[in-house]
Amino acid sequence: MSTFPVFPILTLLIVLGLAPALPGIANRTKSALTGRRGAPVMQLYADLAKLWRKGVVYSRTTTLVFRLAPVVLLSTTLLAACLLPLDGQAAILGFPGDLVAFAGLFGLGRFSLVVAAMDTGSSFEGMGASREVTVAAFAEPALFLCFTVLVLATGQLQLDGMFGLPLAAAWPLAAPSLVLAAVSLFIVTLAETCRVPVDDPLTHLELTMIHEVMVLDHSGPDLALILYAGGLKMALFGCLIVGVLAPRAHQSRAVALAELVLGLGLVAVAIGAVESAMARLRMNRVPQLLVAASALAGFALILLLR
Amino acid sequence: MLLLWMILLPIATAIFAYLSPTTRLRNTLLLGTAAAHTAGTAFLWGHPNLAVLGGWLAVDALGLMVLTVVSILFLVVGTYAVGFLRLDRPRGGRLFVSCLLGFLAAATLVSIAHHLALLWIGMEATTLSLAPLVFHRRDRRSLEAVWKYLVLSSVGIALALLGTFFLASAQVSGRPLVLEDLLQRANTLQPGLLRGAFVFLLVGYGTKMGLAPLHAWKPDTYGEAPSLVAALMAGALTSCAFLGLARAVEIMAAAGQSAFMRPPLLALGVTSLLVSAAFVIGQTDLKRLLAYSSVEHMGVLVLALAIGGLGSYGAMLHLISNGLSKGLLFLAVGNVVLFYRTSEASAVRGVLRRAPWSGVLLLVGLFAVTGSPPFGLFVSEFTILSAAIRGGFAWLAIAMMILFAIIFIGMAKMILDAAYGEPLEASEPAGETLALVGGPLVLAALVLLLGLYLPAPLRVFLGQAARALGGSAP
Amino acid sequence: MQPVHDVLLLLVVLTNFWVLGTTRLSATIRATAVQGALLAGLPLALYPGLSPHILGLAVGTFAVKAVLLPVLLSRAIREAAVRREIEPLIGFAPSMLLGALAVALAFSIAPRLPLPELRTHVLVPVALSTVVIGLLVLTTRSKALTQVVGYLILENGIYVFGLSQVERVPFLVEVGVLLDIFVGVFIMGIVVFHINREFDSLDSARLTELRD
Repeated sequence: MSTFPVFPILTLLIVLGLAPALPGIANRTKSALTGRRGAPVMQLYADLAKLWRKGVVYSRTTTLVFRLAPVVLLSTTLLAACLLPLDGQAAILGFPGDLVAFAGLFGLGRFSLVVAAMDTGSSFEGMGASREVTVAAFAEPALFLCFTVLVLATGQLQLDGMFGLPLAAAWPLAAPSLVLAAVSLFIVTLAETCRVPVDDPLTHLELTMIHEVMVLDHSGPDLALILYAGGLKMALFGCLIVGVLAPRAHQSRAVALAELVLGLGLVAVAIGAVESAMARLRMNRVPQLLVAASALAGFALILLLR
Repeated sequence: MLLLWMILLPIATAIFAYLSPTTRLRNTLLLGTAAAHTAGTAFLWGHPNLAVLGGWLAVDALGLMVLTVVSILFLVVGTYAVGFLRLDRPRGGRLFVSCLLGFLAAATLVSIAHHLALLWIGMEATTLSLAPLVFHRRDRRSLEAVWKYLVLSSVGIALALLGTFFLASAQVSGRPLVLEDLLQRANTLQPGLLRGAFVFLLVGYGTKMGLAPLHAWKPDTYGEAPSLVAALMAGALTSCAFLGLARAVEIMAAAGQSAFMRPPLLALGVTSLLVSAAFVIGQTDLKRLLAYSSVEHMGVLVLALAIGGLGSYGAMLHLISNGLSKGLLFLAVGNVVLFYRTSEASAVRGVLRRAPWSGVLLLVGLFAVTGSPPFGLFVSEFTILSAAIRGGFAWLAIAMMILFAIIFIGMAKMILDAAYGEPLEASEPAGETLALVGGPLVLAALVLLLGLYLPAPLRVFLGQAARALGGSAP
Repeated sequence: MQPVHDVLLLLVVLTNFWVLGTTRLSATIRATAVQGALLAGLPLALYPGLSPHILGLAVGTFAVKAVLLPVLLSRAIREAAVRREIEPLIGFAPSMLLGALAVALAFSIAPRLPLPELRTHVLVPVALSTVVIGLLVLTTRSKALTQVVGYLILENGIYVFGLSQVERVPFLVEVGVLLDIFVGVFIMGIVVFHINREFDSLDSARLTELRD
């Protein structure tokens, strides 16, 4: 790009700032729908601030890997954010095939967390790590199938070029496929952000946790980085869903930004609503859910191909 | 009009029978309808070209043969049923009689339907009307049998419906699915769709017939249903199912697709014979033995269709002889089960001593069903074998003869063991009433007659039917 | 915007996946009810013009497939204690994958079939895939009720295919077909009820006493 990408960077900063609010909105929605008051929406900000001020404790069994993990996680998530056209029109970075890089960056972040978990030598964390990787193994195909749907619908291989005008042009013809792909993406979001029905963020029992137990040993700023990265991941997937469902091709940047913020909020509310309506699935049913997501995306693909 | 009445009367009497308070009234309705139906069929023999509803219902040689088998069997089974119900369920039997009459209506519809969708409706109705009868004893085993019967038959019939729809799409002109138009314009039918239709119709109606490997429901169903119901199924229901297949073969032959038909028909026929031979040896239950014999004869029918030429004539004769012989044998075994309270072959000994008439019927039935001279099945099997040799299927003829021999040995061992010897437990002679013995005797006489002498009108109709199937007549 | 009949047909495929993926027996019954309603709307969408034939077909299909049959099946399992399907022969996840494969295959081979040109390219593939998925459910599930549901789905697929021939198949015949299916499922429902009574379970794997 010839000009300095002001708007994309601005959008990125806004999304970065809003990211911790999303888990808060989801939790608040879930509480409201189940008849409780619940924590304030800004709770995560307070938690992050509190954790940042605290000191960090490292177990004697851990090594550099453990200390690096949160940093790697956050930086990969940030890089992924740069690849995504957050306001639906332009991203900070882009190259053909960057969807693979997008998924790969998340994979790298997850890998660093998993390795850190195993580094502690604790069996709980190892269990959480293996579960997390299993879920991811089923979620990746669904994600890639959704991406393939988007590629076929728009004819573009680049995240930057996909959303926006080409997607808006594809909507009239490929509406059913795109709707199915969005549903599939939503299920993948639930899996990647470790929400019900894949994983319950409120559970206290380590044996039932997936993500929480993996980060049991982190503390202080490290934990703050990990929590923040989690919120950012939710925001990014939310941006994906909003981008598919509402391609803001023709609006001005400001309006597109406003739509993005509204859309993210709606996605968080939807996550909260699903959390309140469903119970967490039995561990062996989670792959089935993700296979269903893959099947939906596959069906969307078939519809496009005929 | 007669045609419509032959369907509507059984339906009406079925409803009346269900509502009627006394057994006597029910029996009257049953026997009266059966007699009226047979009279109607006899009338149709003299006036074989009636048509009604714009050609949707009509009589032709093929349908008339099936209708005759159905009618005669139903009359015999109806009289037997009166005796059976008196012993089995003296105060009840409403559902039994209504279902029997419903079956008669459905089978008549199948025989005279020239609109292939009406034929399908009739076929499904025959399946459904007999299901409650299979479940008559209401115990675990019959529950399992009726479940398998329902599920497998329904899937088969559903596939036949798909085949019927394929056939409708294959037509480009003329009244859709009406047999006459299909035959007249056979060479305008879309060949790809026609072949697909044939495959589905073969699988669907083949499941109803009980061809191997689609026969899994047959031994269980024939084993657990009351013998007279099994007689009706083995004689009349299989003939109706064969008619469905025969209509498909008729159309394929008219469209010049006989070469395509031959391999699947041969495959199913040979598999049926092999499966039957394999399971007849070492069989322990009399009724299941007869079920496998039924599989055998369905295989022979299909092979005869595949052979073509005189084989088609043989197939028609086989249809009638088999229907009547199976009726005879099942009713004889039914008497055995009634007196011995079991169909386990090891528990049945000395039938000739204890129930002499039934014992004789058992032996006559054995020889009739396995194709011994001088019974009708011998003539039909001989015709089919000679057609096979003449048509270049000598290997098939040899295989068939070997398998016939094996099946004869298996069946003969079981039935001879049952008929001869001393009864295992000392008991008084069984009460053989006229109702239990009269019908089977009539059937035996008819089967014997078919083997000795074919009356001229019958020969004419058999020839017409054979020609319609793409074969020839002597 | 997509034509209405295409949307209906796609929703039919989604209900098939719903049946493939769920474990609750009542959910499978609900799915067939929804499918019945969709199927009732199809003739109205495919042949606009509200002729009495089409109207009658739609009403009849709705009455039988969306109302009567689901009610029947719910009553058949009313005494059943266990309302969940156990792991089928080939597993839930592989079932769903096979279902998706069936849909893909149907969509790829349908254009090669020499079927007459219809208003939509989606009808034949959806019909064929529904038939295959119905057979899949029928053969791989062990609860008797789910087998009946599989049979219903099979019939629905054939019905969808038959919609391509609606002008050629007269109304009386379709009424006959509907009636047959209704009576068939009625009797199956009674048998399922008895199976539950007799074996205290809907598991058809218990029905293995008869064998050679």
